[in-house]
Amino acid sequence: MVPQTFEYTAPKTLDEAVALAGNGAKLLAGGMSLIPMMKLRLAAPEHLVDLGRIKDLNYIREEGGALHIGATATHYEVESSALVRAKCPLLAETAAAIGDVQVRNMGTMGGSVAHADPAADYPAALQALEAKVVIRGAKGERTVTIADFLVDSFTTTIEPGEIIREIVVPVEEAGTGTNYQKMVQPASGFAIVGVAVRVRRSGGKIALARIGVTGLSNIGYRAAAAEKALEGTAGSAEDVAKASALVAQGADANSDLHASADYRKHLTAVYAARAINAALAGTAKA
Amino acid sequence: MASTITQVEKLVGKRIRRREDPRLITGTATYVDDIQMPGMHYAAIVRSPHAAARIRSIDTKAAAETPSVAAIYTGKDTVKVGPVPCGASLPGLRIPHHYILATDRVYFVGHPVAVVVATDKYLARDAAEKIEIDWDVLPAVADPEKAIAAGAPPVHPEWPDNVAFNYHQESGDVDKAFAEADVVVKQRITSQRLIPSAMETRGVVAEWRGADRQLNLYTSTQVPHLVRTLVAGMLGLEENRMRVIAPEVGGGFGSKLNIYAEEALMGFIAMKIGKPVKWIESRRENFLCTIHGRGHVDYFEVAAKKDGTILGIKLKLIQDLGAYHQLLTAAIPTLSVLMMPGLYRTSNVRADIVGAFTNCVPTDAYRGAGRPEATHGIERMVDILADELKMDPAEIRLKNFVHNEEFPFPTATGLIYDSGNYAAPLEKVLATVDYQKLCAEQAEGRKQGKLMGIGICTYGEICGFGPSPATPAGGWESATVKIEPSGKVTVLTGTCSHGQGEETTFAQIAADELGVDLDDILVLRGDTAIVPYGIGTFGSRATAIGGTALYFALQELKEKVKKFGAMMLESDNVSFANGYVTCNKTGQSKSCAEIAGATYRAMKLPPNTQPGLQATHFWEPPNFVFGFGAHVVVTDIDTDTGQVKVRRYVAVDDCGNILNPLIVDGQVHGGVAQGLGQALWEQAVYDDNGQLITGEFMDYAMPRAHMMPWIESDHTITPSPVNPLGVKGVGEAGTIGCSPAVVNSVVDALSHLGVRHLDMPLTPEKIWKVMGGGKN
Repeated sequence: MVPQTFEYTAPKTLDEAVALAGNGAKLLAGGMSLIPMMKLRLAAPEHLVDLGRIKDLNYIREEGGALHIGATATHYEVESSALVRAKCPLLAETAAAIGDVQVRNMGTMGGSVAHADPAADYPAALQALEAKVVIRGAKGERTVTIADFLVDSFTTTIEPGEIIREIVVPVEEAGTGTNYQKMVQPASGFAIVGVAVRVRRSGGKIALARIGVTGLSNIGYRAAAAEKALEGTAGSAEDVAKASALVAQGADANSDLHASADYRKHLTAVYAARAINAALAGTAKA
Repeated sequence: MASTITQVEKLVGKRIRRREDPRLITGTATYVDDIQMPGMHYAAIVRSPHAAARIRSIDTKAAAETPSVAAIYTGKDTVKVGPVPCGASLPGLRIPHHYILATDRVYFVGHPVAVVVATDKYLARDAAEKIEIDWDVLPAVADPEKAIAAGAPPVHPEWPDNVAFNYHQESGDVDKAFAEADVVVKQRITSQRLIPSAMETRGVVAEWRGADRQLNLYTSTQVPHLVRTLVAGMLGLEENRMRVIAPEVGGGFGSKLNIYAEEALMGFIAMKIGKPVKWIESRRENFLCTIHGRGHVDYFEVAAKKDGTILGIKLKLIQDLGAYHQLLTAAIPTLSVLMMPGLYRTSNVRADIVGAFTNCVPTDAYRGAGRPEATHGIERMVDILADELKMDPAEIRLKNFVHNEEFPFPTATGLIYDSGNYAAPLEKVLATVDYQKLCAEQAEGRKQGKLMGIGICTYGEICGFGPSPATPAGGWESATVKIEPSGKVTVLTGTCSHGQGEETTFAQIAADELGVDLDDILVLRGDTAIVPYGIGTFGSRATAIGGTALYFALQELKEKVKKFGAMMLESDNVSFANGYVTCNKTGQSKSCAEIAGATYRAMKLPPNTQPGLQATHFWEPPNFVFGFGAHVVVTDIDTDTGQVKVRRYVAVDDCGNILNPLIVDGQVHGGVAQGLGQALWEQAVYDDNGQLITGEFMDYAMPRAHMMPWIESDHTITPSPVNPLGVKGVGEAGTIGCSPAVVNSVVDALSHLGVRHLDMPLTPEKIWKVMGGGKN
C-alpha cells in the first residue's frame, strides 16, 4: 500500500478524538472501506484519527431495556456476543453475514454504519430494529433514529467533527421471531439485496412486523407498506406472498455489473418471503 | 558393513508433505519485495487512464521537484530499449512495435507512459501523480467481434481491420463429413477474459554493478533463463553479464510465463542511475497490466451420424489479443485448435482463427492456456449433440473415444496421443456418483419442479511442453545433480517452481535413485548463475521433462558412484542400492558418502574417470504427454433466484504415475477452484471505452475458500511411454476438466426448459432470465 502522506493520531479518549475530528481529521475505525480507498488514492486524508485505542468506544452492554453497542465493536464481537445473541439475535445474525472472517475481525459496527454503503448488511437489521445512533460532537451528544440517520448513498446526518459513540437496539420481547436473508455479491461479500425481518404474534395474529431492506436502492429502508400488509394477518403463505410483493414497492432499484434493477426487485421479494417465513417459524419456537 | 545396510523406503508415490511449506506458512520466505539493498531506489510508473489516446505532451517539471526524486524517464528516453518480445511465429503475423514506455500513443488503460525513480517509494508515487500529460483521447474498441467488424476504431492505425493474423488448419475431408452427416449442431460459445490474480503480484529489483559490468535482476517469474536471454537482448547487454534470480514466486498460473516491459525498464533504470531500483506491482496494476487469460468467441459446428458418431468439427475462433503481443499471445489459440477434437476419434476438422487487436491489456497463457477453451467448446458441443439426438451424454462420449488399442493415436490436428484408457475415468466417476440413481432422481425431481443437473466433462490435456520443434524457445529441460564431499545431495533444476512443489517431488526422485535420506537433498532453482540453462515451469511440464532430466542425470551419477565404489571395493562385480555400493561376491560395501569423499579427495581415480560427483543432463522429450480424465458435477438450482449450488464434485484424473498424491490433490483442488471461478463467478469486463470495470477484487469475483464445494479427487493410472518415470502432468487438469462439467451440469438442469447453452460465468441473474424471470 502506497497512500499519500498523512498524519496519524491514535487518541485514548473520545473527547480527544472529537477535538481532532473538529479540525478536519478523518476517522479510522476498522479501515475496511477507508484503507482500500487510500490504497487506490481515491481517498487522501491529511490526518487520520485512529479510534481503535479508545476503550470507551468498544463495548456491548445492556442498559435501560436496550443493548448499547460501542462504535468500535467489531462485527465478530457483535456476532459472537452472548448478550447480543440472546437479546437481539437479528443483529448477531446480520453481523455474521458480513463479508468474510477477516473482514468481520477488523471491521467495526460504527465504521460500517457511518460509511453508509448502500449494500452494507447492517442497515436492513437496524431499520427493522428501529435502532438509534448516538453521536458525539463538540457540543455534546445527540441521538437520531436510523431512519433519520441514513440520508443517501454514503451520506448520513453526521456533521463534520462528530463521531458515532454507540448504536442502540431494543432487547427483543419474548415471542419475537427474526431473520436476515441476503444474496451475496460474490466478489465483495456485500449484499446484492438483503432483507431483515422481525415479527411478533399475539393471539394467532401478527401483532408486529418490521422489515428492513438493504442493497436494493440508495439507502437501507423500512418497507412500511409490506409491514402494514402483514400486521393483523395470520401469516399464511398467501399473506406472506402479498406482503413480500410490496417490499420493493416504490424503491428506485440499483443496477450494476452484478444485478439489474429488475432482478434486484425480484430478489427482494424472494428474500423477503424467506425472511418472513423464517421469522414466523422463530415465533413458534420462542 | 554388509549387515548394516537397511532397505530404504521408496518415497516416490508417497503422500509426503511439501518441504517448502514451513517457510511459506510462517511468512519467512523471501519474495522480490523482501529484498533490501543499500541505496535502494523505488520506481513508480505513470500509466494511461485512456484506452486509446495520443500523447500531445508530458510535463514532468512538478514531479522532478518533488523531494527524493532521482530521475524521471518517458518514452523518448527508452526508444532504444526493447521491443517487448513476441515469441509467437505465425505466417503473416502483424507485430506492433512494443516499446517499454509509450512514445506518442497509448493502446490500453494501464499502458506505461513514464516512470519516476526516487529514494522514497511514497514520494515516488506522489511525484508520479504530478506528471501532467496532455491527452488527445481517441475512440477505442474493447470487444474482439466489434473490433473486426467494419467501421471499428483501429487499435493500431497501420492495420485498420484490427486483424493481427488469420490462421487456418484443416485435415481429412470436412465438407464430405458435413454433407454426409445426419445431423449438424452449431453453437456460439464464449470463454470470457479472466484475470490470473497470482497471490504475489509481479515485482522487479534491478542492481547494476558497474565496475563488474553485471546486472542482477530479481523478478517474480516462471522462466528466469528466458528473462535473461530476452531482457539482456532488450537492453543491449551481453547475456553473460546478466544474472536473473526468481526468488520465492507466489504463484503465476501462466501470467509470469512472460517478458514484461517493467523487467527491462528496471534494468534500464539501474544501469542509468547506478543504484538498485525496486518496482512492486500494485494489485490495481496487476489487474490492468499483467496479461489476462482466455478471451475467446468460438463458433462451433459438429457433424454426426444418427447413432452419435462424430464425423467432423468446424471451429471459427475469434481471439481477443488485446493491444499487443506479449510472449505467447498469438500462439495460445493455436493450442486450442490442437485440442479441439478432445478425446474423440474424428479425423475431419477445420479451424479458422482470427486474432483480433482490441484496446485492452494483452491476453496470454493462463492455467490451461488454450486447452480449457478447446475442452469447453468440444465438451459443450458433445452435450448439445447428445441433446439433439436424445442420447445419454456419457454414452455418446464412450462411443466416440479413441480406442485403447489405437495408442499411440495420431489426431486430426497433428498430435500423437501417447497413451490412454479414456473410458476408465469416465466409468469410475459415473460409478462413484451412481449415475443411474442421479438420473432417476433428476427425472423424479422435475415432476416436482426441482432443477438438478448432472454435468460430465471428459478432457484430454497436452502436458509436458514439449518437443522443441513444437515450441518457440526450446522444449527440453535441464538438471544437475551433485553429491557433495560430505555425501549431501544438491539438485539444480532448470524448471522454476512457483507453487508446484518440485522441492519435494524432485527430492523424492533423487532420494529413491540414490538411496539417501530426503533431508540430505537440497533442490535449487530460479537463479541463472547457479542452475544450468533451463526453460521453466509452465504447461504441466516440470515433472514430465524436468523430472525426467533429473532422472537421467541421476543415472549418469549412479554409474560414476558405482565405478568409484568398485575401485574402492577392488571388485568388478558391484551393485548400487539403498545408498551403498556392494560387492556382489564379498558382500563388502561402501556408502554413498564414503564414495563421495573419495571422489573429491581423488587419491586414486578409476581409469578414464574425472574427480568429483556431478552430472548434468539436458533432456529433449520425443513427444508431449497427454493426461486425461472425467469430472462429474451435480448442481442444484434455486428456482426462485437462479443461484447454482454445487452439490457434488468428483474428479477422476489420469496423470500417469503419481509421484506424490498429496501434491496431485493440491493441484486438482487448485485447478478446480479456478475452473469454478470461470464457470460461476469470474469475468474481466471492459466497457465500450476500454475501461476495466472489474478493476479490483470488490468487483472481480475471485473464488474464496468458503465458496468451494468439497472436491472428491480420484485417479486412474495410465503410465506415459514417453518418459521413464511414466508421468504426465496435472497442473492444469482441474481447470480444464472443471468449467465444462459445471456448465454442462447447469444446462442439463435447465434442458427440459429448452435451454441448450449458457455462456460463463453462470450468474444467478443469467439463469433467472432463462427460467423466464423478468418477462412479465
